[in-house]
Amino acid sequence: MALANLKQTATEARLSELTLPVGGCLAEARRAALSRVQTMGLPGRRDEYWKYTRPDTLTQAIAPTAAVFQHDEAPIFDEFDCLKIVFVDGVFDAEASDDLQLEGVQIDRLSDIESQDIHWSKDLYGVLEARGQDPVPRPLAALNTAFAKDGVVIRVTGKPSKPINLIYNHQSESSDAMLHHVIRIDAGAEVTVLENGPAAARFNKCSEIDIADGGALHMICAQGRDHERRAATHLFARLGEKSVFKCFTLTVNGVLTRNEAVVELLGDDAVVHIAGACVGDGDFHHDDTVFITHVAENCESRQVFKKVLRNGATGVFQGKILVKSTAQKTDGYQISQALMLDDDSQFLAKPELEIYADDVACSHGTTSGAIDEEALFYLQSRGVPRRDATNLLTLAFLAEAVSEIGNQDIVDTIVCRLENWLIRRL
Amino acid sequence: MLNIKNLHVKLEDEDKQILKGVNLTVEAGKVHAIMGPNGSGKSTLSYVLSGKGGYEVTDGSASLDGQDLLELEAEERATAGLFLAFQYPVEIPGVGNMTFLRTAVNAQRKARGEDPMSAADFLKEVRKTAKSLKIDAEMLKRPVNVGFSGGEKKRNEILQMAMLSPKMCILDETDSGLDVDAMKLVAEGVNALRDGKRGFLVITHYQRLLDHIKPDVVHIMANGRIIKTGGPELALEVENNGYAGILAEVE
Repeated sequence: MALANLKQTATEARLSELTLPVGGCLAEARRAALSRVQTMGLPGRRDEYWKYTRPDTLTQAIAPTAAVFQHDEAPIFDEFDCLKIVFVDGVFDAEASDDLQLEGVQIDRLSDIESQDIHWSKDLYGVLEARGQDPVPRPLAALNTAFAKDGVVIRVTGKPSKPINLIYNHQSESSDAMLHHVIRIDAGAEVTVLENGPAAARFNKCSEIDIADGGALHMICAQGRDHERRAATHLFARLGEKSVFKCFTLTVNGVLTRNEAVVELLGDDAVVHIAGACVGDGDFHHDDTVFITHVAENCESRQVFKKVLRNGATGVFQGKILVKSTAQKTDGYQISQALMLDDDSQFLAKPELEIYADDVACSHGTTSGAIDEEALFYLQSRGVPRRDATNLLTLAFLAEAVSEIGNQDIVDTIVCRLENWLIRRL
Repeated sequence: MLNIKNLHVKLEDEDKQILKGVNLTVEAGKVHAIMGPNGSGKSTLSYVLSGKGGYEVTDGSASLDGQDLLELEAEERATAGLFLAFQYPVEIPGVGNMTFLRTAVNAQRKARGEDPMSAADFLKEVRKTAKSLKIDAEMLKRPVNVGFSGGEKKRNEILQMAMLSPKMCILDETDSGLDVDAMKLVAEGVNALRDGKRGFLVITHYQRLLDHIKPDVVHIMANGRIIKTGGPELALEVENNGYAGILAEVE
């Protein structure tokens, strides 16, 4: 079916500003992705999954500018010993990055493999993204596959001694960045990937993740403190037997954030946890869109999202668990909750379950509410001032999502950042 | 110590008068008990004194050691030395009991211009007090009151009371939901805090609790007023004859 005129015009306008990298082992994948974009068209407000989030500023040809936010907090994962890979406005910064050598892992820059004729990542680049287009189109991810010039391809063959830290610095107020990562965890291998920073004025990230049998990937992402930045991130993961994928995202500020996660559980006994905590006020708009497909038996999936909203902020959650008829003994859990610190904020939630197997346990819940006055009074009656009590209860509300992170040191760091956000807003 | 004069209170949202002129003085070191039938205003009195929202004082006054309580925020009343042991202690998921206790102790110290208690000193103090109340370490780690039994919740109230060391303690139906042994344990905890200086106001339906916490003065409250005041024998009278006799006598 031909695209509606409006959509076609918008898509063409966007594409006219971009040039497709040519040659190399990814050329075919890029061409295919471009053709997907042309067929689907870029997202518009009438699209089912863009009802609650305006895509205009994410799709328009030229990115809206965003001031670079100056603050004195150290980069969030600085205190941890990591292999650092730094991007500035979406471009790899060799000077600021560590040497990409680490035992148990092979790391290449996307633009370096581009020139090679053959590379292991060729079998994954654009492949998982393409799989994730059905049944819900994600054209911004296909756009990324076609045009992203930088990123890293990581193959984990063992258990590296330290996490890999991808740092996304934002320096130019008009930057429009696309990064595309491919992460392959070999059988029995395990790694932690930490990501942090606002990345650019407008950021489009696409990560394709393939976890083989018994592999494990822990991802923790913090999206920086810049308020005016816009981000659309996409995560496509495929899980093998007894593999584990745990992902947590922290968002403080940001005028527009859309975090999409698309996960397929293809091997029996696999486990996926996708969690997020966000705090925002004013024109903050934060959207978590998650699609988890259970194909294999006895897999576990958890979605835990908590949003603290105030002063007109908007939170969106669209989460789906699809249980195929083959996925008996599925254990699916989904919770999305918003805490409104005043009457001006809104939370829009669309939890979905679609189940074709008959022996499964799936639960979903969504709530929005204010601070519990009874609990507040209880704390006050013990001498805790109202605003401290409010902060304590707000952190308690976020705790379920933050505790999805397995590493206590990282939990403490995240809680500290959330606490600072609350204190700054007293 | 606690001075309540002609206190009139109505619900903020409704035109419903609950307290209709309460007069009460609790002297330092004394234990006063308030008994009364359901709906007489006993719990409202405890809430109004500790600063809960939803009530409007239409007349009268309440002061602690000369300080007007009614103009203070709830947390300021706590810092001034008032403590309410809740009839229904609130569950706070996500906040550890220990964190809660330490936050409260240090908030009060800060408000009084004192240095915060060090983590080590605090831990030592909590462990000692908890032990005497048979509160195990596990209960200190769990979120505040979440999944606690009725007895554990009430013991946790007494633990907070001991840690915060208030001047004036109000116990709102601390015996409700407790079996005999749990009630004894709670009463022992309260008795351990009777030091000749601290004042107590014990609100209860039954005389039972007063077997364990011996009051100096007993008040009977009905229809928003204190209608009769006497010694411990008054509680026995209620136990034997119910409230009806006393109510009829007063009318």
